[in-house]
Amino acid sequence: MTGPDITTAIDRAIAQAMSADERILVIGEDVPALRRTLLTRFGPDRVIEAPISESAFLGAGVGAALGGLRPIVEIMFIDFLSVALHQLVNEAAMIGPLSNGRWPVPMMIRAACGGGYGDAGQHEQALWGMLAGVPGLTVVAPSTPLDAAGLTLSLLAHDGPSILLEHKLLSEMWMTELAGTHREGVEFDVPETPPEIWPASLQPVPIGEAIVRRERGEVAIFSLAVGVHRAMQAACELEQRGTECTVIDLRTVSPLDVATVCDVAGRCEAVMVVDEDYGPFGLSGEIAAVLAEAGIHRPFARVAATGVIPYAVDLEREVLPSVPRIVAAVERLVGVD
Amino acid sequence: MSDGPDLEALFSLMVRMRAFEESLASLWRRGLVSGEMHLGVGEEGVVAGVLDHLTDRDGLALDYRPTPALLAHGVSPGSIVLEVLGHHDGLNSGHGGHMHLFSPELLATSTGIVGSTAPLACGLALAARRLRPGSIAVGFFGDGAVNQGMVMEAWNLACVWQLPVVFVCKDNQWAATTRTDRLTAGSIAGRARSFGLNTRVADGTDVEAVWRAAKPLVDDARIGEPGILIARCRRPSGHMLDDTLSRTVRNPADLLRMTRESMTDQPGLSAVRHMAGLTGTIAKAIGDRWLPHRDPLRTAARRLGDRAEALERAARAGLQRDVDGALARAGVAS
Repeated sequence: MTGPDITTAIDRAIAQAMSADERILVIGEDVPALRRTLLTRFGPDRVIEAPISESAFLGAGVGAALGGLRPIVEIMFIDFLSVALHQLVNEAAMIGPLSNGRWPVPMMIRAACGGGYGDAGQHEQALWGMLAGVPGLTVVAPSTPLDAAGLTLSLLAHDGPSILLEHKLLSEMWMTELAGTHREGVEFDVPETPPEIWPASLQPVPIGEAIVRRERGEVAIFSLAVGVHRAMQAACELEQRGTECTVIDLRTVSPLDVATVCDVAGRCEAVMVVDEDYGPFGLSGEIAAVLAEAGIHRPFARVAATGVIPYAVDLEREVLPSVPRIVAAVERLVGVD
Repeated sequence: MSDGPDLEALFSLMVRMRAFEESLASLWRRGLVSGEMHLGVGEEGVVAGVLDHLTDRDGLALDYRPTPALLAHGVSPGSIVLEVLGHHDGLNSGHGGHMHLFSPELLATSTGIVGSTAPLACGLALAARRLRPGSIAVGFFGDGAVNQGMVMEAWNLACVWQLPVVFVCKDNQWAATTRTDRLTAGSIAGRARSFGLNTRVADGTDVEAVWRAAKPLVDDARIGEPGILIARCRRPSGHMLDDTLSRTVRNPADLLRMTRESMTDQPGLSAVRHMAGLTGTIAKAIGDRWLPHRDPLRTAARRLGDRAEALERAARAGLQRDVDGALARAGVAS
């Protein structure tokens, strides 16, 4: 059976977890409408609508976690987290360490992320690199519905703060809602995603485990979320042009699967990172640093968001990682003209 | 619970709080404590008058002056002394220090960020409603915090979610080293009432007045009607020990030197005019530090008359034993 899109997959995982654990509840803006399947099943005491006050309800999520609940706090778009960053950086992520682990904060933030549908800068960022820079925060950005569901289960069982990033291009719900994909004449570069076998009962996917999506040697391409699908398509094109690529889906940003990163990179001749987040000071640099620290010296390149994401379709495509950009960068890396 | 407060018990508790803050100040001055030190001296009446209505099932979101409330809630003074000394047997094994004191068993959290307690208290209240019906959460902050967006957001949240929460604004008229009234539009009570919070104003230097004002707020919160107590108090120890204003008050010569230095760059009259804005601030700081009025301990002691001295002696001795025990454990001389 082919499964649902990433949003429905996460909703199903949440429903499975909520029915097993009374302490889990959902807080967020518009959640009664957006999560109506959860609302009808669990009621307004556990699917709680919040005012547009991210700072207050994210802070309340931390307090609720301290008080013994396991809240899921929805920050509609990860871009909006900036108005509540204190709650995440200074409270959610710090109370555990500052109490020497005596008081964990089991809270999952769920947020849509990513661009490529014309919302531009303030609604299209990835930001996972910045978030992964906060010590103690688990950050995941899955590329498939099944991984998204499995990681959701793991995060809801995790005794610390975490962020589940749900890429909008992988979500029918968000693309209909935001990009109006039901309109005629509207077309975005939504990647082809392979069908998945959807099980009767969802199983957790371990936090911090990358997965190799395609293993052919020569160039190792590390990516996550939509970037994985772009990398897979680029790898097919590159194969026809004579370059073989291995594609690794990191799935979790932090904690990074250092063992797999080093293992795969060590078996390849060159390393490339495809990252929809900003290039400087982020995930791509972290991977380079991890490899350098492990003594794995390989030619290295990255394809990342080149700056603030502009609105116009052609400008947006230039800034975000795309299949042509990946193909060109890999060929430059391996010295193919 | 009786109809009125047990003033002897409240007085003894306030003495313990004061003696503990004095111990912390002494350790800080001896260089045994790193970093800043924010004391709750002057807030004892507010804290004791509110916490007397709470049980250990009620949650506390405390700011960076958490120690008086932690003592009242049942945290051992010794564990706090060891914590601020950075000792591994401290409340949080030396990881937190005085601004980040956590007691999960007593549902008491603290934070170094102004205003952050308001959203945290809302969350503790949400958990209280689901997991411990009938219990509440209390969030303490100062008057400077009312200009933080998250505080006003939290007031709204408390009202629309009908949370079992009481906010307590310790109104010492200071926002760090700035006079709050200079930078606060409207009034704190007016703002709170506009959200629909049960709002009561009390004299925070009178523990019995605080106790009476807090009682209905706590009772109403237990049935899902959030409220706020605004209690005026004093802050004789400054924002933090030896902050810039405290140093100026202690040593006016510094101020004169600064003025003289700036006059070399500025025309004399203009420099004096610029400094004039500070005059009221400095005058208020001097009043807070040196004028003996409005001390919650003195107010209570006056009412207790002859009984106060023996109570104070006993409370101080008990607290000192706990502190000395912790110091001995850390190998620090008393």
